[in-house]
Amino acid sequence: MKFKKKTKISSEIPTSSMPDIIFMLLIFFMVTTVLRTEDGLRINLPSAKKIAQLKSKVHTSHIWISKDGLISIQDKSHKIEDVRWTIYNKRKADSQLTISLKADEAARMGLIVSVQNELRKADALRLNYSTLQAAD
Amino acid sequence: MADIAFLLLIFFLVTTTIDMDKGLGIILPAEGETFEMHKSNILNCLINSSGNVLLGDEPVEVKNISRLVKEKMMENENLIVSVKSHEKTRYQDYIRVIDQLKMAQAKISIAEAG
Repeated sequence: MKFKKKTKISSEIPTSSMPDIIFMLLIFFMVTTVLRTEDGLRINLPSAKKIAQLKSKVHTSHIWISKDGLISIQDKSHKIEDVRWTIYNKRKADSQLTISLKADEAARMGLIVSVQNELRKADALRLNYSTLQAAD
Repeated sequence: MADIAFLLLIFFLVTTTIDMDKGLGIILPAEGETFEMHKSNILNCLINSSGNVLLGDEPVEVKNISRLVKEKMMENENLIVSVKSHEKTRYQDYIRVIDQLKMAQAKISIAEAG
């Protein structure tokens, strides 16, 4: 005795709405993309437990400090006395500016404190020590 | 049309970096801004060049700072921790101390290296 398939539900995936879905994804990724503009220096970030996420990428500027004491802002090497003007000009253009300090774990505090003092003079007071998440 | 959209989609998928920067946030005091504070409200936290920490007058282990500061904050809720580091202190040691203080939800004041 043969069993006959009674139900004839079509098993095809409807593809007519696929372009719409793709466009939606495309728009999502276009909006969230911030093109990478700088590479910075080769550093090992320190790690910390109680870390918070930076709010906005657009309002963030990075300062890179290597363990040899090199300072880099926007892929340009800076001397300590030039930091103030570069940051001051950024601060003037963006009142919500946050500075993300990406310093090597072996950098010396002497340099970091002088960078901090330059930031204070440039009125860029919102600072974030960029770190990795430490394991508990 | 769908092909072009696909191509663009793949391009943006590849270039997108979703991961945001993470770190320890801190507000620096404005230039020239000084506070008059009572000495009893200040807890000095000194870090020397080899990463040893002096909290108040006692040398402490870095991992105990959070607990000790919490205890001291129970006694005095206006407590401000003043962090001072030696010029040759490693950034990593400083971050560990700031992390501990953040864990204790202490008010942090950054003093210049002496």
